[in-house]
Amino acid sequence: MDLPLLIGIFPQVLLDGLILGFMYALIALGYTMVYGVLEFINFAHSEIFIVGAFVGVEILLGLKGAGWLESLPWPLVLLLLLVAAMAVSGLLAAAVERVAYRPLRSAPRLIPLISAIGVSFFLQDLIRLVESVWRNAFNLVYPTLDGLNHRFELTETLDVSVKSLVVIVAALAMLWVLHMLVNRTKIGTAVRAVAEDQAAASLVGIDVNRIISLTFLIGGAMGGAAGVLFGVQYGLINPYSGFIPGLKAFTAAVLGGIGNIPGAMVGGIVLGLLEAFAASYLGLLTGGAFGAEYKDIFAFSVLILILVFRPKGLLGEIVRERA
Amino acid sequence: MLRVEALEVAYGAIRALKGVALEVGRGQIVALLGSNGAGKSTTLKTISGLVPAARGTITLDGESLVGVPPHAIALRGIAHVPEGRRIFNRLTVRENLMMGAYPRRDPGVAEDLDRVFALFPRLEERITQVAGTLSGGEQQMLAIGRALMLHPRLLLLDEPSMGLAPVLVEQIFATIDDINRQGMTILLVEQNAAMALGIAHRGYVLETGTIALAGTAEELAGNADVRRAYLGE
Repeated sequence: MDLPLLIGIFPQVLLDGLILGFMYALIALGYTMVYGVLEFINFAHSEIFIVGAFVGVEILLGLKGAGWLESLPWPLVLLLLLVAAMAVSGLLAAAVERVAYRPLRSAPRLIPLISAIGVSFFLQDLIRLVESVWRNAFNLVYPTLDGLNHRFELTETLDVSVKSLVVIVAALAMLWVLHMLVNRTKIGTAVRAVAEDQAAASLVGIDVNRIISLTFLIGGAMGGAAGVLFGVQYGLINPYSGFIPGLKAFTAAVLGGIGNIPGAMVGGIVLGLLEAFAASYLGLLTGGAFGAEYKDIFAFSVLILILVFRPKGLLGEIVRERA
Repeated sequence: MLRVEALEVAYGAIRALKGVALEVGRGQIVALLGSNGAGKSTTLKTISGLVPAARGTITLDGESLVGVPPHAIALRGIAHVPEGRRIFNRLTVRENLMMGAYPRRDPGVAEDLDRVFALFPRLEERITQVAGTLSGGEQQMLAIGRALMLHPRLLLLDEPSMGLAPVLVEQIFATIDDINRQGMTILLVEQNAAMALGIAHRGYVLETGTIALAGTAEELAGNADVRRAYLGE
């Protein structure tokens, strides 16, 4: 075993794991916030996420086609992508709730779940249809922003790209804003009140439906932002690219404790780190017997173990106390 | 101020209210008495919009409340302290009280917060505490305080004595009397008929979804049936 190599790649793996983890955390927030208010898993959230990535790539390709991509400063471009993707994904999530979930609010619990899976398929194929008509393409590649690809070689085994730093900073900023919004504002307090007891919330004058729409809007916006960051970081997207990250983010939400906002953040980061370490170290530590392709098996085995001992997740599940 | 006429409510095939009529005048405390399942809580829930009325009318100062969603009824000035208190356990005392004033945009909120703290100094001591960690009596104070933060025209109280030790029950009733003396109109649902009639101006007795008796608090307290059925004589 090559000990210096194992130690040498550690910081790089840690960084990759954090990036992946923040991405999962941003997506997981959408699952967990909606679960918090409705006790319902929004399976269409993975498509809300990938719609954000498509909004980003369309704007980039548009700018590139107009010849502006090189002349605009990259932070401005990135900000534009994030704002646009958050707006589109957020509004889409709120619209989906209005059309596909609200009419089923009093139906048995499985019914809105089926509706969510239906919306998920619908959105996947809608994106596919639009992209094939519009660009005649299935896979889309994020055009590179030169400023973002600049790399700092810190040591022989650690190099950090501007892109990675941007993903981490953007994710942290959004998690912080969400935290302040939920815990320090009146509207955020109302979201928590609705999550706890809808009837009591309506009695104090809170319009519960409006708060539920807002929850979808915020969760969707976080998912859309994650979509852009995903595209910027990994480059290639297709209409079905949302499914696996979405499923993993959902797992991250359960790992952290479903309904629990800090839990989604912690769960996402833990899952990202597990995956990154498994991808890099499994091969090295087992002499090649298990390669990086076993990363998911490893990561999910650890998750299952954690959930066996802490069934309510790392930070504890938060669910409604009364219907 | 509040007028309910021929109110009928059904839960599926079960008719919970079969023509309830009652009236609450401005500045009064009106007690709604009755045994379990008589429809007392249902009456309050229908007034505040949580349960839809199948038939009948509910008006507040002449405006109909039937079909209005609960948050809009709160906005019109009815605060409902539901059975079992239903405070937000995971929110702090301050957050609970601020949620009570949620729809308000007027500058009087700070003043009302002071008024609630004057009524319940214990709440001010525990302002940063998470509400779920309060004692039962404190939770009841918080539930009433939260309702007062709406600055309502009418306060609906559902079983404020439930689960409280006798000494706390007396305190809560003394406070309800205080709140009324400061001008609040109150519709009070209560199992503890003796305490309720002690502070009420008028009362109704509800039996299996209909009003069986109505009168002033003195009349009801003197009625032989009421004394036998609800005052334990």
